Amino acid sequence: MNYQPSGHDFIVENSDRQTFFVNREVFVSDDVLARESRAIFDRCWIYVGHASELKNPGDFKTRPVAGRPVIFCRDREGTVRALINSCRHRGALVCREREGNARQFYCMYHGWTYHPDGRLKAVPGDNAYGAAFDKTEMGLVPVPRLEAYRDFYFANFDRDAVDLGTYLGKAKDYIDLVIDQSPSGKMEIISGTQEYDIRANWKLLVENSVDDYHLISTHSTWLNYMRNSGVNVTPAKGELLPTRGFGRDLGNGHLTTDNPNYRGRPVAKWISVYGEDAKADIEALRNELVVRLGSARAARVADTNRNLAIFPNLVINDGSSVTVRHFYPVAPDRMHVTAWALGPVEETEAQRARRLHAFLTFYGPGGFATPDDVAALEAAQLGYAAWREVPWSDLSRGMNKAGDEQLATDEGHLRVFWRKWRELMEARV
Amino acid sequence: MNEMLAATVSRAEVEDLFYQEADLLDSWRLDDWLELLTDDAVYYVPPNDKPDADARFTLFTIADDMVRLRQRIIRLKDPNCHAEYPLSRTRRLIGNVRITGVDGDVIAVAANFIIHRYRHNDLQRVFVGHYRNRLKRVGGRLKIAERRAILDAEELGLLGSVSFIL
Repeated sequence: MNYQPSGHDFIVENSDRQTFFVNREVFVSDDVLARESRAIFDRCWIYVGHASELKNPGDFKTRPVAGRPVIFCRDREGTVRALINSCRHRGALVCREREGNARQFYCMYHGWTYHPDGRLKAVPGDNAYGAAFDKTEMGLVPVPRLEAYRDFYFANFDRDAVDLGTYLGKAKDYIDLVIDQSPSGKMEIISGTQEYDIRANWKLLVENSVDDYHLISTHSTWLNYMRNSGVNVTPAKGELLPTRGFGRDLGNGHLTTDNPNYRGRPVAKWISVYGEDAKADIEALRNELVVRLGSARAARVADTNRNLAIFPNLVINDGSSVTVRHFYPVAPDRMHVTAWALGPVEETEAQRARRLHAFLTFYGPGGFATPDDVAALEAAQLGYAAWREVPWSDLSRGMNKAGDEQLATDEGHLRVFWRKWRELMEARV
Repeated sequence: MNEMLAATVSRAEVEDLFYQEADLLDSWRLDDWLELLTDDAVYYVPPNDKPDADARFTLFTIADDMVRLRQRIIRLKDPNCHAEYPLSRTRRLIGNVRITGVDGDVIAVAANFIIHRYRHNDLQRVFVGHYRNRLKRVGGRLKIAERRAILDAEELGLLGSVSFIL
């Protein structure tokens, strides 16, 4: 049974006419959001956090996952867990801090306590319960499924879901490319969290994160900054961008851009923004890659920028720096974004500082680019108030070309997201 | 220290600097604002969850040296800076100014701020926090050598972007 509350398809694709339209009701409707919650967020693998955020036994972070309050923690034995942050007694949060290290979780309502692995520890006045009360069955409830790929932990609220590795499929290759920056294969989330709301539908940030078509118009001031800093950002004749990159379908709704670098990379492509004194250091990083990975793989890691979207709501941008960001809907016209920087664990102080400096020039709520993305998404959302009169958004760019010829400035990779979205929304829940 | 303080700077002089600065920022006279900073100044907005952190090791919201701060001002004056076009209307109140220490030629000054921000098609937003400043005297004139604008909000949330100068 198709899900069509307004009696029309949300997505109309016509290969003869080479058109692909998305109905704007999907950005404004409470019904669509409620459906997404069950059909997508309750069935897909949803990013929870990175193992490096929990360095020591007892470390925890609290954060929402698919709308549920979750404690992401490492227990006393070192096992990473994701526990539903709700007391088994009457439901209050048992941990109300953002982060920390806990010997136990304590419910301030009636004083129940839990071990960091979730087991119920103590109940004040437990002699008031009958024989059916079994403490060993009253621990904090873990998320139904918790699996990791190379330290990236995901939860799934569908017990019957395929395993994470199968779900990620070809996206794993692109995660590997990010991790190959580290000699030990260990990346870490760097301290400092960027958490901000965008008054726009969450799906717009999936599109925006991988949409290179908007770069010239939305980010001209960033390009000016690059130009002013001595970086060549002038596109060749007939091109939209300084380099010609592609949009890739990775299967299962995952997608990525794959672009030859022009904007510099902390690992390992020097540009003038980094300063002359960084040149030798970046060359050394580059040499390490070649020795460890061979020149072809080193070039793949160091000379390409990739904005990777893991369906539905995780983006890993490996460009000027590496950012991991996820976002979830608060309302049809509002999302909450959480973003971190990711870097190799063995970076020196100077390398780490360079990575963070490069991050801030483009990304984040104080960057030279992200605030303009936010402005663009909010302007789009305001336009959708007229969704009845102007119902269709056009994502047809590149429909006149084969799949493997889709440029990053085309919309072939955006259509990958939308096709998966439609498949899940139309499936029986 | 009090004698040294009195010889170096008065609170009234610091307040004059901050009030002049507030006027320049609220009227978007950003080039004039740059003149209030030393040539090697740094400007920080730390992340909301790590207000005391060091920008070399922690991801900030903004961590500009003078090179990038000048570029930021170029960007803010450009009509293609979409996050600030049309420009926000801001009005900032600076208070609770306290000289907290003198170390050589560096004067540490704390202050609180409330910045109301209005934008066409947007929410009214209120940025509340405190400044930690390091001031220096350059050619007899008091200037800002370091500005750390620390927001009280637990997260940026509906404050959205920090696309103007705090």
